Amino acid sequence: MMRLPVQFLLGVTLSTAFLAAALISLVWTPQDVTALDIAGKLAAPGAGHPLGTDHLGRDMLSMLMAGARTSIAVALVAVGIGIVLGVPLGLAAAARHRSLLDEFIMRGNDLIFAFPSLVIAILITAVLGPSALNAILAIGIFNIPVFARVARGAALTLWNREFILAARVAGKGPARISAEHILPNIANLLVVQGTIQFSMGILAEAGLSYVGLGAQPPTPSWGRMLADSQTFFYTFPRLAVLPGLAIVLMVLGLNLMGDGLRDMLDPRLRRTIR
Amino acid sequence: MIDIAHLDLSIAGTPILRDVSLKLGQGRILGLAGESGSGKSMTALSILRLLPPSARLSGHVHLDGQDLTTLSEQQMCSVRGRQIGMIFQEPMTALNPVQSIGDQVAETLVIHGAARRGEARRIAVERLERVGLSPDHIPPDRFPHELSGGQRQRVCIALAIALRPRVLIADEPTTALDVTTQERILGLIRGLVDEQNMACLFITHDLAVLAELADDIAVMKAGEVVEAGATLDVLRHRRHPYTRALFEASRHQPVRVPAPPAAAPLLRVERVVRDYPLPRQRLFGARPGFRAVDGVSFDLHRGESLGLVGESGCGKSTLTRAILGLEPIQGGAIRLGGEKITPQMPPALRRRMQVVFQDPYGSFNPRHSAARLIAEPFHLGGRPADLDLRVAEALESVGLRPTDADKYPHEFSGGQRQRLAIARALITRPDLIVLDEAVSALDVRVRAQILDLLADLQGRLGLTYLFISHDLTVVRAVTDRVLVMKAGQIVEAGTTAAVFAAPSHPYTRTLLDAAPMLPEAMA
Amino acid sequence: MFGYVAHRLISLALSLLAASIVVFAVIEVIPGDPASYMLGLNASDETVAALRETLGLSGGPIARYLHWLGGMLTGDFGTSYTYRVPVAQLVGDRLWVSLPLAVYALALSTLIALPIGALAAARRGRAVDYGIMGLTQIGVAVPNFWFAMLLVIAFSITWKVFPPGGFPGWDAGFLPGLRALTLPAVALALPQASILARVMRSALIETLHQDFIRTARAKGLSEGQAIRRHGMRNAMIPVLTIVGLQFSFLLAGTIIIEKVFFLPGLGLLIFQGITQRDLIVVESVVMLLVFAVILVTFMVDLAYALVDPRLRR
Repeated sequence: MMRLPVQFLLGVTLSTAFLAAALISLVWTPQDVTALDIAGKLAAPGAGHPLGTDHLGRDMLSMLMAGARTSIAVALVAVGIGIVLGVPLGLAAAARHRSLLDEFIMRGNDLIFAFPSLVIAILITAVLGPSALNAILAIGIFNIPVFARVARGAALTLWNREFILAARVAGKGPARISAEHILPNIANLLVVQGTIQFSMGILAEAGLSYVGLGAQPPTPSWGRMLADSQTFFYTFPRLAVLPGLAIVLMVLGLNLMGDGLRDMLDPRLRRTIR
Repeated sequence: MIDIAHLDLSIAGTPILRDVSLKLGQGRILGLAGESGSGKSMTALSILRLLPPSARLSGHVHLDGQDLTTLSEQQMCSVRGRQIGMIFQEPMTALNPVQSIGDQVAETLVIHGAARRGEARRIAVERLERVGLSPDHIPPDRFPHELSGGQRQRVCIALAIALRPRVLIADEPTTALDVTTQERILGLIRGLVDEQNMACLFITHDLAVLAELADDIAVMKAGEVVEAGATLDVLRHRRHPYTRALFEASRHQPVRVPAPPAAAPLLRVERVVRDYPLPRQRLFGARPGFRAVDGVSFDLHRGESLGLVGESGCGKSTLTRAILGLEPIQGGAIRLGGEKITPQMPPALRRRMQVVFQDPYGSFNPRHSAARLIAEPFHLGGRPADLDLRVAEALESVGLRPTDADKYPHEFSGGQRQRLAIARALITRPDLIVLDEAVSALDVRVRAQILDLLADLQGRLGLTYLFISHDLTVVRAVTDRVLVMKAGQIVEAGTTAAVFAAPSHPYTRTLLDAAPMLPEAMA
Repeated sequence: MFGYVAHRLISLALSLLAASIVVFAVIEVIPGDPASYMLGLNASDETVAALRETLGLSGGPIARYLHWLGGMLTGDFGTSYTYRVPVAQLVGDRLWVSLPLAVYALALSTLIALPIGALAAARRGRAVDYGIMGLTQIGVAVPNFWFAMLLVIAFSITWKVFPPGGFPGWDAGFLPGLRALTLPAVALALPQASILARVMRSALIETLHQDFIRTARAKGLSEGQAIRRHGMRNAMIPVLTIVGLQFSFLLAGTIIIEKVFFLPGLGLLIFQGITQRDLIVVESVVMLLVFAVILVTFMVDLAYALVDPRLRR
């Protein structure tokens, strides 16, 4: 078998570990992440600082924990925006297939697709100035057409099924059919797409804060830790390696979880993997 | 010529075939009959050794003295296509959509080193012409999507016989086709078998097809061959009970109460027109229309069973949707009990009409319980107080148990699901039930039971049926009157007995001639 | 075929028009008066009015949009407020760093991913497949700019094979330029190649379950022949979609990666534009990026038609 449940478990473990770290950081971190200690800067790992300190003497472990919070919050809200706005649009387009509404929604989707999330972030930042909120908006807007397309595609195949015809004969309208028959049957796909967009959101957030379009100081974020480390990583590679590893492990965990979910939820795929 | 002996097959530990032995002779067609899941197709794939990796095969397949089961995979590749050709059920998906038909036929020749590219193309044109695709009408550079289903099946045949194999295996090659197309494809296969002196294994669920085509018949049930012999002998004597059951179910005629004398029509269809807009041909040109239903009129009386027959694309599905009030019409009127049917009709009117669809797997939301599915027609206008009772009643009237209400669709068999669909149609106590190919996907024995159930319900509840089907045998068995539809129009209408005995329209005659029927003499 | 191309061309033009409206509205209409925005809070009314005049910002939004659009169509992108030079000139110089980088990365990614994905599909369920899938699973999770840092540590600091950053300019010759772009291109390409290889593998496996593969096998093709002769071309349809999407990711990626390698490309220009509130520069670069993405979508549509005869009409 290609994907053993072991991989899924590994994914769940990694994801929950980071989620737990992020949640704990809300109430407790080993050190205060805003406390600067110039005298103790760039300290090697040791007592008090299990992962050492950065160029301003901040505790790396605490920064990483709090950075997880920013990453997860941004990516999660962005997925939420995508689902809440994208899925109804996709369902509506499918319910009114080949109508003007469908055409309008799909062209709107294509238009947003022409703007990579970085470009959206640049546009927003140019007008509003940089902040974590911009990153959420940029990634969230990018997610809308993704979910709209997934929902529309899956809904269209369902609309041709006879049980939908039966519901129409019973007099149910498109909105009711979408909510009652379509949505529950495409929920699997949306959950899987959700984990994919979640992990892509983590990567995107890191990229945005690396170039200064995301969370601003003093909010800790993995991307900015990488940006800060750039001057020092010739001499202190640890500063660059640790946040990068955090990103990789978090994204890897989410992807493994997503793949596992897809295999478990889609019996058709389970068969093709053999 | 080809001798299959004691074939046993299991896939992932599940036994599929048990001790299957068959003999195919030169220039003869062996018909392999049986219901779905009986192992017919797996027998064919075992001969070619095109089995999933988890399959375990034992026994022998001798082709002209050589045991195919002992050959390596590489040796098998040179047997497939060269010695044994095969055609499949679904012509719509059996061809590579991105390769021209000429190249696909030529590939058989090239891959076996029988000809170089240019030469192979020339031979491919010849083979295509032999199967009825002359280069003047269907050039070999066409792609599969530009061809009809029947034409695609001809391409499949051309590439299977390109190297003049000794054996041709045909797995339900006409099941997905219309009767008139089926007749021509069967004729083509017979002609090729005779001309090239091939041995042919012809797999089908339809005994009537075999009665007309096959020299010998083998009947399979649950992975075993239960009876084999010359076609006439097997069909006339039916020594095995299973053969008898299949035969009788194939020509089953439910006992029906004749329709009461006609009063005012229940359903009145008057000069109905349905146009579809097609995609624009040019960028700013007007959208061309397609008239799917063209001035159709008929009456359906209470207690009557009316058949609507026609081949795919004739407009019968479109007409059905209009009658169900799912799509608007562009001309004429449809009235149920005097009230006009439109997509906006009131719930009370909608409830007077219910529908049963073809696919017993696709017609239920897999996430809802039987009780919820059956009660769906009550969605408009509120649920009755005695809902549970009525669900139980509906289940019992279709031969299911009231306790089945808590089950989910996947817990029912195909036939049971179709019963469930009928229960759903009965629950509002409708006047009219539209049966849209309602028994077409069922195995013959299940089909016979459902037909009995429908006849029984009609007698007991005074139901009115509109029975839409491509299957003339079934329509003949269960309807009082019949309409024949072609290209959006009704070309013939009359009592079922009269139309079948003496069709007046040439198209009806063509249809009846093409439809395979079990000969009366065998009964 | 002609009808299809014409249809796509019109769709291309409409997309560009719609995108330009969005960009213009976000940059020049939503913030209010761009001139006072660019000058900040302390500017006097006269300086704002003067800037408005030099930038051609007088008049209503629609008139300004048409003026801007007309300018772009004739190659006049306006004048940078901070650099005091035509934006077209600024962008033109930078474009010859970013565009080659994106194309280089796309070529690398495709060349690596397609054979690897096909290999994994052909050997599905075996050790090679597990290895490839495991590696790509990690590759997908690696942020390209971080991977770039690791590459610099390895190949520039430890082994000193490639320069750690900077760009000599194409005037210094093709090879030195290519050498400077190699590490950035590899950093961009490998994560994308991981995604593409996975898509290739699953698209191929998907087609292997199609009926026409069974037909091909019954003709006497071995499994490998069936994959090569029938699976590949059909699998190209989903693969092309992803290649098209990847170009837009790569273009965005170049902007980020330029920061790692201090490459004088569009990325550096746009971030300076944002910091200095030079809206004209930001607007032009964004429009250029969007134009590139839409153009690639158009080319992918044409490629579909080449692969899939069902789309030609």
